[in-house]
Amino acid sequence: MDYKRGVDYKRSLDCENPISNSHKTPVAFLLAGLILAITGCGGAETSGNGRLDVIKARGSLTCGVDGKLPGFSYQDNAGKYAGIDVDICRALAAALFNNPNKVEYRDLTPSERFAALASGEVDVLSRNTTRTLSRDAKGGNGLEFAPTIFFDGQGVMVPIASGITNLKGLAGKTICVENGTTTELNLADRFRELGVAYTPLKYQSGDQTFGAYLQGRCAAVTSDRSRLAAVKTSFPNPANHIILGDVLSKEPLGPVTVNNDSGISDALRWVIFATMQAEESGINSKNLKEKLAFAKANPNQADLRRFLGVEGDLGSQLGLAVDFVPRVIASVGNYGEIYDRNVGQGSRLKLERGLNRSYKDGGLIYSPPFR
Amino acid sequence: MIKILATPLIQVPWWRNNRKVGWLLQAAFGLFLLIAIALLLANLERNLARAGMRLTLGWMSQPAGFDIAETLLPYKASDSYGRALLAGLINTLRVVISGLILATGLGVVVGAASFSANPLLRGITRIYVELVRNIPLLLQLVFWYFAVFLSLPPADQALHLPGLQLAKSGIYLFGARLINGELEGGLRLSLELAALLTGLVIYSAAFIAEVVRGGIASVPKGQWEAAESLGLQPIQILRLVVLPQALRVIVPGLNSQYISLAKNSSLAVAIGYPDLYAVAETTLNQTGRGIEVFLLLLLIYLVLNLLISAAMNAVNRLVRLQER
Repeated sequence: MDYKRGVDYKRSLDCENPISNSHKTPVAFLLAGLILAITGCGGAETSGNGRLDVIKARGSLTCGVDGKLPGFSYQDNAGKYAGIDVDICRALAAALFNNPNKVEYRDLTPSERFAALASGEVDVLSRNTTRTLSRDAKGGNGLEFAPTIFFDGQGVMVPIASGITNLKGLAGKTICVENGTTTELNLADRFRELGVAYTPLKYQSGDQTFGAYLQGRCAAVTSDRSRLAAVKTSFPNPANHIILGDVLSKEPLGPVTVNNDSGISDALRWVIFATMQAEESGINSKNLKEKLAFAKANPNQADLRRFLGVEGDLGSQLGLAVDFVPRVIASVGNYGEIYDRNVGQGSRLKLERGLNRSYKDGGLIYSPPFR
Repeated sequence: MIKILATPLIQVPWWRNNRKVGWLLQAAFGLFLLIAIALLLANLERNLARAGMRLTLGWMSQPAGFDIAETLLPYKASDSYGRALLAGLINTLRVVISGLILATGLGVVVGAASFSANPLLRGITRIYVELVRNIPLLLQLVFWYFAVFLSLPPADQALHLPGLQLAKSGIYLFGARLINGELEGGLRLSLELAALLTGLVIYSAAFIAEVVRGGIASVPKGQWEAAESLGLQPIQILRLVVLPQALRVIVPGLNSQYISLAKNSSLAVAIGYPDLYAVAETTLNQTGRGIEVFLLLLLIYLVLNLLISAAMNAVNRLVRLQER
């Protein structure tokens, strides 16, 4: 059986089984196991453009997101998905279909997300996922990480009234944390180092975790600092809570695809780099038309012409349109615009750029050359 | 002399021999099944190997690196995944065993009360059963945990009941005292365990009550009347005459309710109680060993339920009518 048929089969299986959200994980795993056993075409061991062809044939991209995290992926008042994670999906859809709206979103819990990706239920997982060795490695989760789109660190939030000011103040207390996250492990590691006893209370979803925290079941809640800041804005009294200064870990967050399918992972990687390169080159959604006209009129602007697809075939080498970069910038803007709109000064979260500044400004956002 | 018996037996060809053909068909089907399973397993193994995911249990001895909120088995983050799963299993058994006992007690009382002469009592049991068994268990658990137990006051304003103190930090039995704003001493049940037990027991007891009601209803009216005419009190009638006969009908029905309870205990993950399923979920996220972890889970729940079944079948043999 050829690979494409295998994938279509999986999709049809998934579509015909509307599986309830809370118990998707075992079902997805068993499906994955069954399909591997029956069809002889595992999703993870293909090469070439497999998944990318499937997406193009389907005419839309399926993106796994958190769905409830302001700034990253959530539904706004009009019911439309928005956020940094969502914009990455929209950028890829723009590159593929010249239409950023050709994306279907699936809300996934941390524990469901990798199973959903492995079983082919989603094409791309854009769900504030921390890049780690064991998630990347073949012997671990066997994922393929796209470039980091948000450099974060783990933090702890407490009610101001509790008087707790640092991690040691949490000795003997209960801490709420989401099940199946790196957060859970970092928490254990840090408290082991400090030699401080604590009780971790683990919930399956962010709603439950922060709900239990707000109801006072735990003295603190831990997650990525950006996430704490984002969720705090939706609390009834945001000013009553404080994020402690302690940073428990490095959390480079980025989108993920399955291992060994370089078609989709390369396309995703360079769509993300395109937004970063655009910021470096001073191209944004507002001046894009001028820049395009400028590139077309000036044959000596080699870098700009290649980047915008005026000359060369960089886009088609990836299996995308030659002009995928202008499409992406026109629909979501450059990295700086994406950041400001969703989590930066243009949003409710008002997070500093910090590590997420362009390397030119002393940050870590850096695109390899488009050549 | 009649010679019928001496008629030589006709040699039936093997394909006409029902017994032999039956055996052969069974054997052929068995062989087919074996080959099919072997093919599937070999295929799975080959595909997983190609994907670099060969099935292995080596990860079980790796350090887990995560903590578990409450364990009966001593456990710390540096222990192995195997021990973490064992701690989770023991947490599951803790809920299942105490749940079985409490649900049986409540179920029998409610089931028997539905035959009470008191119409108020009968009405209450009907309302309870219909209300509880027509609402999904997950919803009930979330209700008990988030709406009821998490609404308890903090430790320094704990609710005091005789021998019992209720606070956000837990349910304390047998005289806990307030020390530095925290309740200490006595026997502490975490809110998660308390909510899970409450939800499971109330839900399962409704079904058990119906089984008990069916069992009691199966005892002929004449038995009640005969017992009454002997001058027995209502409780005595139930205990000495009706229940022993009703048990024959009740026990097989209880079996499936017990199995349901054991399986339903895995909903613990929804309210933060670290049962086997919750620990396994963390484990598979950290190790990426989804297929192994779920095969292990399937096996453990299967064995657990087969054990419950075996025990109930043994009880069934004790209570069934001894026919001579």
